[in-house]
Amino acid sequence: MDAQSNPSTAERVEKLQGLGSCRKRVEDARFTQGKGNYIDDIKLPGMLFGDFVRSSYGHARIKSIDKDAALAVPGVIAILTADDLKPFNLHYMPTLAGDVQAVLADEKVLFQGQEIAFVVAEDRYAAADAVELVEVEYEELPALVDPFKAMNEDAPLLREDIKDKMEGAHGPRKHHNHIFYWDEGDKDGTDKALAESDVVVEELISYPRVHPNPLETCGCVASMDKINGKLTLWGTFQAPHAVRTVVALITPLDEHNIRIISPDIGGGFGNKVGVYPGYICAAAASIVIGVPIKWVEDKIENLTATAFARDYHMTGKIGATKDGIITALDCHVLADHGAFDACADPTKFPAGFFSICTGSYDIPVAHCGVDGVYTNKAPGGVAYRCSFRVTEAAYMIERMIDVLARKLEMDPAELRMKNFIKKDQFPYTSALGWEYDSGDYHAAMEKALDTVDYKTLRTEQAESRGAFERGETRSLMGVGVAFFTEIVGAGPVKNCDILGLGMFDSCEIRIHPTGSATARLGTISQGQGHATTFAQILATEIGLPAENITVEEGDTDTAPYGLGTYGSRSTPVAGAAAAMAGRKIRAKAQMIAAYLLEVHDDDVEWDIDRFQVKGNPEKFKTMQEICFAAYNQAIPGLEPGLEAVSYYDPPNMTYPFGAYICVVDVDVDTGVVDIRRFYALDDCGTRINPMVIEGQVHGGLTEALAIAMGQEIAYDDMGNVKGGSLMDYFLPTAVETPEWETDHTTTPSPHHPIGAKGVGESPNVGGVPAFSNAVNDAFAHLGLTHTQMPHDHWRVWKTAQSLGITG
Amino acid sequence: MSKIDVKMTINGSAVEKSVEPRTLLIHFLREDLDMTGPHIGCDTSHCGACTVDLDGQSVKSCTVFAVQANGADVTTIEGIAAADGTMHALQEAFREHHGLQCGFCTPGMITRAYRLLQDNPNPTDQEIRYGISGNLCRCTGYQNIIKSIKAAAEQLNSVQEAAE
Repeated sequence: MDAQSNPSTAERVEKLQGLGSCRKRVEDARFTQGKGNYIDDIKLPGMLFGDFVRSSYGHARIKSIDKDAALAVPGVIAILTADDLKPFNLHYMPTLAGDVQAVLADEKVLFQGQEIAFVVAEDRYAAADAVELVEVEYEELPALVDPFKAMNEDAPLLREDIKDKMEGAHGPRKHHNHIFYWDEGDKDGTDKALAESDVVVEELISYPRVHPNPLETCGCVASMDKINGKLTLWGTFQAPHAVRTVVALITPLDEHNIRIISPDIGGGFGNKVGVYPGYICAAAASIVIGVPIKWVEDKIENLTATAFARDYHMTGKIGATKDGIITALDCHVLADHGAFDACADPTKFPAGFFSICTGSYDIPVAHCGVDGVYTNKAPGGVAYRCSFRVTEAAYMIERMIDVLARKLEMDPAELRMKNFIKKDQFPYTSALGWEYDSGDYHAAMEKALDTVDYKTLRTEQAESRGAFERGETRSLMGVGVAFFTEIVGAGPVKNCDILGLGMFDSCEIRIHPTGSATARLGTISQGQGHATTFAQILATEIGLPAENITVEEGDTDTAPYGLGTYGSRSTPVAGAAAAMAGRKIRAKAQMIAAYLLEVHDDDVEWDIDRFQVKGNPEKFKTMQEICFAAYNQAIPGLEPGLEAVSYYDPPNMTYPFGAYICVVDVDVDTGVVDIRRFYALDDCGTRINPMVIEGQVHGGLTEALAIAMGQEIAYDDMGNVKGGSLMDYFLPTAVETPEWETDHTTTPSPHHPIGAKGVGESPNVGGVPAFSNAVNDAFAHLGLTHTQMPHDHWRVWKTAQSLGITG
Repeated sequence: MSKIDVKMTINGSAVEKSVEPRTLLIHFLREDLDMTGPHIGCDTSHCGACTVDLDGQSVKSCTVFAVQANGADVTTIEGIAAADGTMHALQEAFREHHGLQCGFCTPGMITRAYRLLQDNPNPTDQEIRYGISGNLCRCTGYQNIIKSIKAAAEQLNSVQEAAE
């Protein structure tokens, strides 16, 4: 036989383009030719456009709304206000966090940019004209902007709609602006251990309000078909099935009469998890008017009114022996949730997975508590490229470790190594109750330190500090070390749900007779390349080439129920579902192969793309042959066809980790921070597509750079947003972005079917502390323990000035 | 609102339409001509997702009125590939080097790089970084975009050399 008809093992593996292959992306051909289909590309016959009248004030009473002039604009069809939605009980909607949020402001506005009226017009220009002409008369009220003043006795009452409801979704509220208090761990034990520690350090570490800011804003097209009673809603949804269930819960429509479609999504990063008033207004308008309605916000609306992230003010307290063995950790968080609690967290976790804050360290006793408060700011609290408050937790612990290292006069890398959870301690149960599935932190850290030649960096830094003191340079060198452990892949249904929906995920596979397949999942890609990588998982599992497997997501009429894509859950949960569904296919294929080979089921074995007779590998049936047989053979005891579906409920989260090192040079006279080098080692378990992983790490690090060095959605005292456009809100260009060095170790997850852990969010989680530690480290020898993010030029210069070293 | 007649060449084809004088070129392309390759990211001319080529220059079509393009020669992402459908070296290189993720910035990024490589066929990394600094990407961290543009430059230059 020639090589073509009898390919080698390596050629067969290569042909599959399965696990571990740097397969090129199948998505790219349409995107590089401008043939993507994003929400604003959708155009339906008779479609109208919606646009919002938004609040000019942070806190005000609405005295009147005059629509007359606006309604006179040619092309304007309707203008909805809260009064129009009240008969349908749609003027408020439930949030993912158990609160309610105004769809259109009812009597009061609580943040600048809040939706007041929804204009529907024939085109977007007419809609914009009308928005300008709607006259809203306000009575301004004092704005509450500082979360530290939210629970003062004289703090203004923000939420009149719930003023008498002192039992919140997460327990009692202790003030009219209080949302919840949630805590975890042993408070008394922690206090005692801290009191007995040789050394205790405490620091207020603020993680400013930022915004995920995907390049594409949020939007939707709602189309009510009055003949068959079905509503189709296309939208920028990271969780289409959850949106369908929410729509079924709040409208009179039955769930089978609602179809949610997520088309191509231009980046999400958590921003597109939330349910926004625009979706409800467009749907309501389409139901009433009977024609399709498009609503797509602009960037200023996206930044000022859709979900922010972070805004956590964390007071960390950490104790240690004088030799640097950590004895205890306590942390209290003041969480600014804005005007409505629209956090996107699993229901039982109002502060997400913040209790992962013991990080990568073997800390014997710990406690954390979080108070959530209302302020006159936009609602949200989504996980901006992270898993439910994990990045806040990682930032706090990684800064605190550095603060402790200064106090102990110990090298921060050495202090980390000294306290890491050891390889033989896994599975490891943390003091705050999480079971870390696997890890080898020492190996990862050692590889990172060796690769960057850490000792030499410290020697160079000491020399450069000497040169600075002698006046030979105006630059200070900083070395930032961060080691993070993530907790992703939410999650086990036993403790993770959103609105009561268990956070499993799903995959359905249909094998076609000629040896190709269509797979559908409950997730939705926003750039991660699921159509490429899920096909790779399946190729390895079912032995058909990835190029012959179409992956579809995002249409609730066709995809099996799933909870969507965020919190790095696609690979840990839906990826596992894909593998498990693939194994069901293979189990049936084994029976078909045995029948065709006229042997017992147990006498065949799997080999890459075929079943072969044990001990006689020359006798085999390829998957392609088996696929055809499934449809043309009457096999006794077997149903025809070859399909499978798997709903995967993960037994545990996965715990990716990594070691990041950043080297900066700070010009003390200008505050300019030059990123000289950034090295990122990630361990995400089994690597599905190294090319895609590297791309994810590059992108996540660039977001971390943006957060650490410049992003902030700031408000003035009146409640005006100060960072509401790309003029003021920092997005790095190619000029500010450094070269990234990536590396990896591989510690497979023991409970995941293919050992994968997820990677998309690791670089954001680990990157932010690495940058911040580097900037802080540059000034550490001058007595600085902590300076707040973002480390923009002005703030860094202020820090230098406060230390008396500016020129 | 009264309309004004405009004529222009878009991707090699003559186009004649009446538009409101305030109609932005990006809306003219996307809404009137159904060319949805160029995208709207920011409305404030920062992001570059709407970049098109206008008379040999990269412009952000969200900041140009359609009437200003009257008589112009416009190329959008839809017109970058050869007439027979063969992809441009940039389109191939972006796929080969993973120069895109969500794809939203990609049409503007490739259209910008298309002009950059005509202005400077042998750019250094730093020249590419400055050359695309009007185009924001939230997914890739730019590294693979730079790699893609460099690879495309090499490819285009080798084709050029072979032809000479």
